[in-house]
Amino acid sequence: MSPPAEPGTAPDEIIRFEKVTKRFGALTVLDDFDFHVIPGEKVTLIGPSGSGKSTVLRILMTLERFQTGRVELDGISYHESGGKGPFKASPRHLREIRTRVGMVFQSFNLFPHMTVLRNIIEAPVAVLKIPKEEAIERAIGLLDLVGLAEKKDAYPRQLSGGQQQRVAIARALAMRPRVLLFDEPTSALDPQLVGEVQSVIRDLAHEHDLTMLLVTHEMRFAREISDRVCFFDKGRVVEQGTPSDIFGAPSEKRTQEFLRSILD
Amino acid sequence: MHWTSYIAPLAQGAWITAEITAYSTVLGAALSFAAGLGRVSRSRAVRVTAAVYIEIFRGTSLLVQMFWLYYALPLLGPSLPPMASGVLALSLNIGAYGAEVVRGAINAVPREQWEASTALNFTRRQALWRIIMPQALAEMMPPFGNLAIQNLKDTSLVSLITISDLSFHADALRNLTLASTPIYTLTLLMYFGMALVLTVLIRMIERWSRRHLAPARGAHA
Amino acid sequence: MIYGIHWDLHSPLAFAISILPILLIGMKVTVEATILGFLVALLLGLVLALLRRVPLRIIAWPTAVVIEFLRDTPLLVQLFFLYYVLPKYGVTLPALFTGVLALGVQYSAYTSEVYRAGLDAIDRGQIEAATALNLSRARLYRTIILPQAIPRIIPALGNYLVSMIKDTPVLSTVTVLEMLNLAQIIGDRTYRYLIPLSIVGALFLLLTVIASTAVNRLDRMLPKEGVPLR
Repeated sequence: MSPPAEPGTAPDEIIRFEKVTKRFGALTVLDDFDFHVIPGEKVTLIGPSGSGKSTVLRILMTLERFQTGRVELDGISYHESGGKGPFKASPRHLREIRTRVGMVFQSFNLFPHMTVLRNIIEAPVAVLKIPKEEAIERAIGLLDLVGLAEKKDAYPRQLSGGQQQRVAIARALAMRPRVLLFDEPTSALDPQLVGEVQSVIRDLAHEHDLTMLLVTHEMRFAREISDRVCFFDKGRVVEQGTPSDIFGAPSEKRTQEFLRSILD
Repeated sequence: MHWTSYIAPLAQGAWITAEITAYSTVLGAALSFAAGLGRVSRSRAVRVTAAVYIEIFRGTSLLVQMFWLYYALPLLGPSLPPMASGVLALSLNIGAYGAEVVRGAINAVPREQWEASTALNFTRRQALWRIIMPQALAEMMPPFGNLAIQNLKDTSLVSLITISDLSFHADALRNLTLASTPIYTLTLLMYFGMALVLTVLIRMIERWSRRHLAPARGAHA
Repeated sequence: MIYGIHWDLHSPLAFAISILPILLIGMKVTVEATILGFLVALLLGLVLALLRRVPLRIIAWPTAVVIEFLRDTPLLVQLFFLYYVLPKYGVTLPALFTGVLALGVQYSAYTSEVYRAGLDAIDRGQIEAATALNLSRARLYRTIILPQAIPRIIPALGNYLVSMIKDTPVLSTVTVLEMLNLAQIIGDRTYRYLIPLSIVGALFLLLTVIASTAVNRLDRMLPKEGVPLR
């Protein structure tokens, strides 16, 4: 959990969405959407499928573009002034943004032709230009953190889903992002493997400097680790607050309906 | 003459056939990659050039292409020796077909791999060469193998532009001895033999690439 | 002149226009050879495919070897074999027919593979259901297997048709007067190869585009689940 803000100061926002509209063809997924996150905050996004939660993460990771509005990360706008192309930003600008954010995917997306260790060091070496020996050291440290040090020479197909996802988390952490996005990290796992991944995410939630955005259907887990929970529906935030507010005493009707259907 | 006496002269031609197959397959593979990658390039000019090359060489007859390079090209400028015309025609032809194989294999790599590469901030080029290509290569081997065999058969056409390959020697022998049956039977058997050897080689390459480049197939959750 | 048509050497354009009729006559031969050859390939390929499925190893196995042999040896050599060897056993065919036979035989190896893949792709469950319903073997093929297999194999067969068009110039080596042969003759007599060969190249492009489009159209007309039977 992040430390409480000092009284009298307004913390800078690390993520800011302002009147953002995102359409897929005729379908409007985000509608005049406002959202912000403060540094070090752990925010969980919940809501029915198609409500736009994953889209928020994907926009932040520059995997999707948006039609109108403004998105900022760490003070940098996603649209470059005079920016061209579908993202209204040059590739260089997008890469600058990406250095600050990392993502863990629902389907892990490990590189199948590389060993676990190689998966983790490939980007630090190629992108951050870190010397190989240093990258290996750091990678082993991260593997220790997620409890998989002995698997460093294994290939992804030799690991269980839970193990693969933990490697994926280590891989994302190796790039030292300021913001880490989790897009339904346990949805593709067999039930008995969910715990080990949640355990890693729970440990990470104790990192003060790491801002985390989590999209999940695991309500109990969300309640445990979040500073703030946002309920999404039809492309907008319907209600948000502390876990006890949202889960304990939701004020909006739609929130109540959703929670009733999920928790039954 | 006993049919065994035809073996030695035919074998000489077979050696040339093997050489030509090797050169044109390697050069053709290089062209395949260039054109296949060109088809998915960011630059529109490159995409169009690649597409035009592929359409022309897939849409016209190899023999016409070969004759064009041998008879017509000299009238426009460069005059290539027969061997170069033959190898070039074969390479350009197989390059066009192979380009589609390359493109198909790259497209077959799941989109999630591109997304994971973006999330880790690889450049497009880094993602293509370090992440996507190795996975695509294993996919490409079987169709490429078929193209190699096709290429071996196509080399017989170089006999028509005076290159002394196996078919040329067979023809020359027939002119000399009129013993068509044993000569052409032997020739067919020699091509068959070379094709079988090539198939074995290709299987070995397939197995190697599957083990070293994409020990991937079979995800489990 | 050829076929009573004179060529005009005054300018490249005049030359091109004057030889076009000649080359179009050659194109007619190309198309004839392709159609006949393809028919042979379709029929012979079916025979080979059925033989290969015979449960007796002594028939199936040699058939497989023959198919592999035909697939792995060059059309040119197969053509020469037929052209020079058949007469020795009393069979003397006109050059075009020998060419058609060679094309048909070579491509029958490919079509037999297409048939095989198409038949194998039919769900086993359907065959079992039909057996359970006690349908005769003939009816099974006629109403269940073939209507489903045919739409699936059209694209592959279509590809081979287009391929065959591009293989027809090989017939020029046994005196068949198709497009490339005529272009060569014109070139030999006028020493101008560039224009005749380029026109022939363009005509091939035209033929393959037409053939591909026709195949696509046919493919789209038939629903993937099979030829609809009322």
